[in-house]
Amino acid sequence: MIRVVLPQHLRTLAHVGSEVQISVTGPVTLRSILDAIEAEYPMLQGTIRDHTTQQRRPFLRFFACGEDLSLESPDAPVPPEVVAGAEPFLVIGAIAGG
Amino acid sequence: MSGVRVLVGTRKGAFILTSDGKREKWNVSGPHFAGWEIYHVKGSTIDPNRVYVSQTSGWFGQVIQRSDDGGKTWFQPGTPPGEEKGPGGMPKGESNKFVYDVSPETGKALTTHQFYDGTQHPWEFKRVWHLEPSLTESDTVFAGVEDAALFKSKDGGKTWSELSGLRGHGTGPKWQPGAGGMCLHTVILDPSDPKRIYIAISAAGAFRTDDGGATWKPINKGLHSLYIPDPAAEVGHCVHHVAMNPKRPGVLFMQKHWDVMRSDNAGDSWTEVSGNLPTDFGFVIDVHAHQPETIYVVPIKSDSEHFVPDGKLRVYRSKTGGNEWEELTKGLPQQNCYVNVLRDAMAVDSLDDCGVYFGTSGGQVYASPDGGDTWNAIVRDLPGVLSVEVQTLK
Repeated sequence: MIRVVLPQHLRTLAHVGSEVQISVTGPVTLRSILDAIEAEYPMLQGTIRDHTTQQRRPFLRFFACGEDLSLESPDAPVPPEVVAGAEPFLVIGAIAGG
Repeated sequence: MSGVRVLVGTRKGAFILTSDGKREKWNVSGPHFAGWEIYHVKGSTIDPNRVYVSQTSGWFGQVIQRSDDGGKTWFQPGTPPGEEKGPGGMPKGESNKFVYDVSPETGKALTTHQFYDGTQHPWEFKRVWHLEPSLTESDTVFAGVEDAALFKSKDGGKTWSELSGLRGHGTGPKWQPGAGGMCLHTVILDPSDPKRIYIAISAAGAFRTDDGGATWKPINKGLHSLYIPDPAAEVGHCVHHVAMNPKRPGVLFMQKHWDVMRSDNAGDSWTEVSGNLPTDFGFVIDVHAHQPETIYVVPIKSDSEHFVPDGKLRVYRSKTGGNEWEELTKGLPQQNCYVNVLRDAMAVDSLDDCGVYFGTSGGQVYASPDGGDTWNAIVRDLPGVLSVEVQTLK
């Protein structure tokens, strides 16, 4: 199972806690993780990726194992620790401060 | 027993204020969708328990929420368990999917409008400003969006399609954003003619369809705007809001960027009725539920300040359909007040003694149970108010 941490507002929309676990079939990539999240939680469709272009929304970032994966190819494999469930995949609102 | 439900959208959530017909004691429910900008909350006249919400965020985009029990519980249309699934068995999560129609047949491939700097700019969906449930079809609802376009859902908000004849009218390249963006903020359905709809856009002007949204015409004749190259242009006017008494469709009142206007011929022509207002700039305008010549505005000091003049919060009422205005101040702060009242933040109920409501940028929601003679703050410290609607519950 892939562990995913969502930002607070998306947890509220999806009615979930701080971390969710999803199963991904086939290669585990940014795209397949997000596809699985949206399939399990359809209320999140359009909130992480644009409905039409499937591009990451500009104020969201993806992290795992201390690395920023936001600009990686959607089809690039994610770190093996994420695949093994040892580390979570993080969806983070891009806020430097406020 | 009669009562009212006031639906308030704020910069940090939605609030529902309820009272009985006396409108003296209020129950406050909320915040719903805490932390999100709630541009609009509106109930259906067919089924008052059906309430739609436009929930937006710069991070997560647009979300549509719906309640079928008067705001007790909410869901995103198309996502509850057991809902119909889309291709591949994937649940539909398309209630927030607003895609412009650019097909040559219907959307006419119209893809640009004028930007602040005068160049042409692509249409980009940003948010829903206004939701207007149909008066005749229980699952039909309209959405006015930024960048300006009108969308329609026939399935209770699960899916949306653009009424592209509006953008396809041909004047789109001359539309431009106002300070709040290029928003379609006003949608008025004619109760006497289901095919007639009025809309207004900042900064393009007002438009009308008489065929259910297939074709549209600008209805801006008589508007005069000194801040555009041709003050009497067909489009380009910054219309802030339009109001109509449903018992007298065809008579419209408008608060323009400057000037309060009226039309007695369904918008075919307009005349100015600003009269003795201290300033004819403002955002809101509304009409008394039972006296169709009684109208309300809240003058705002502009262009740079955007708060009420002289530190005094005053509603102005005309009982003559404009030109002659009286200030209403009882119960409203008359010193050190510097709030704004935004375009969708005033509404009226239809109880025998018409109630009038408005919300401010300072988070107050004021109610008058007697047509504006006296006012009380229902709540004083909400986040800045973006919209106020009222449901009269019989």
